[in-house]
Amino acid sequence: MIYLQLFFVYFKIGLFGFGGGYAMLSLIQHEVVEVHKWVSQSTFADIVAISQVTPGPVGINSATYIGYEVTGSVFGSAIATFGVCLPSLLLMFFVSKLFNKYKDNHWVKNVFAYLRPAVIGLIATAGISLMNKSNFIDYWSVVICIGAFISVYFLKLHPILMIVIAGCVGYVCF
Amino acid sequence: MESKTTETHLEPINHQNQKASLWNLFFVFFKIGAFTFGGGWAMIALIQHELVDRKKWLSKEEFLDALAISQSLPGILAVNISIFTGNKLRGKLGVLFSTMGTVLPSFVIMLTIVIFFSQFTNQPSVVAVFKAVRPAVVALILIPVFTSAKSAKINRRNIWLPIAVVIAVSVLRVSPIYVILAVIIGAIIKTYINQQKLKK
Repeated sequence: MIYLQLFFVYFKIGLFGFGGGYAMLSLIQHEVVEVHKWVSQSTFADIVAISQVTPGPVGINSATYIGYEVTGSVFGSAIATFGVCLPSLLLMFFVSKLFNKYKDNHWVKNVFAYLRPAVIGLIATAGISLMNKSNFIDYWSVVICIGAFISVYFLKLHPILMIVIAGCVGYVCF
Repeated sequence: MESKTTETHLEPINHQNQKASLWNLFFVFFKIGAFTFGGGWAMIALIQHELVDRKKWLSKEEFLDALAISQSLPGILAVNISIFTGNKLRGKLGVLFSTMGTVLPSFVIMLTIVIFFSQFTNQPSVVAVFKAVRPAVVALILIPVFTSAKSAKINRRNIWLPIAVVIAVSVLRVSPIYVILAVIIGAIIKTYINQQKLKK
């Protein structure tokens, strides 16, 4: 029964979680900490911290972690992860089919011509919102940020390589 | 003879014709899933690098369209983009392989941590590494702003739009969903007005 519950809670999170990972966090917290009491508030904070230092989307990270915590089995992780992805699968599949069908339509074309610059604004917002005290501890953080930007944007370094180098710099210097 | 020359005539390279194998799709999204820290937006730079610049599976415009759609629908941003791309390139099976690729790395890594290392984040070496990785990720998020500005046709006349979006979301705390809805409604009204002008 717990598996079914886990599936529905994560399906709900996937269905109502707009705006990407960190916007989803409050919804996840509400469901798993306050409503279902599957994990304590401090465990939830640990999960968020671990999600920040492990690769991949935060939504998947939390589903995998909580799925295991709650059921004690890998199957719990799988069910929660599947649950959070399923609404996306159904909706995106349907909408991208529609988009491919109507993308040459005059109206659709115009709407997307306006959406593209708006999306650029959204990306910029995501970057700006992360320029906070937990990511920028001292002036070295600023140096690293600028160095990372130059190496990928101007020197065309592969983003993965840049992240690996940044990690090595941190390991050696801090 | 004539028909042969038309056949051999080189057409402008149509990027969509470069067929992606299912394994290719899986591997590219696995790479994206395995190396991006800091959630969906940090993945955008890598997704653009892999899908638009290297593999040329999506044009820059299509990439922005995929982003607009993925952001407007609920769910995990990276998963939504992998579904859009998988569906565009290889249909239903493509969706399966690209989504598995995105999900699998974080699934396996989180499972390993929850089973074996619950004290993972307190390790001094982990703290040190991420002290440098976090600001680097911020740079990574900002790069697509500059690389995509041209394909979004940003110029002096419409630069107010991305700036207004930044102010609306980061200062006025408007949800991105409403921003996208407002842009869609505005675009429809503008198109309608332009059509009326043409009729006259």
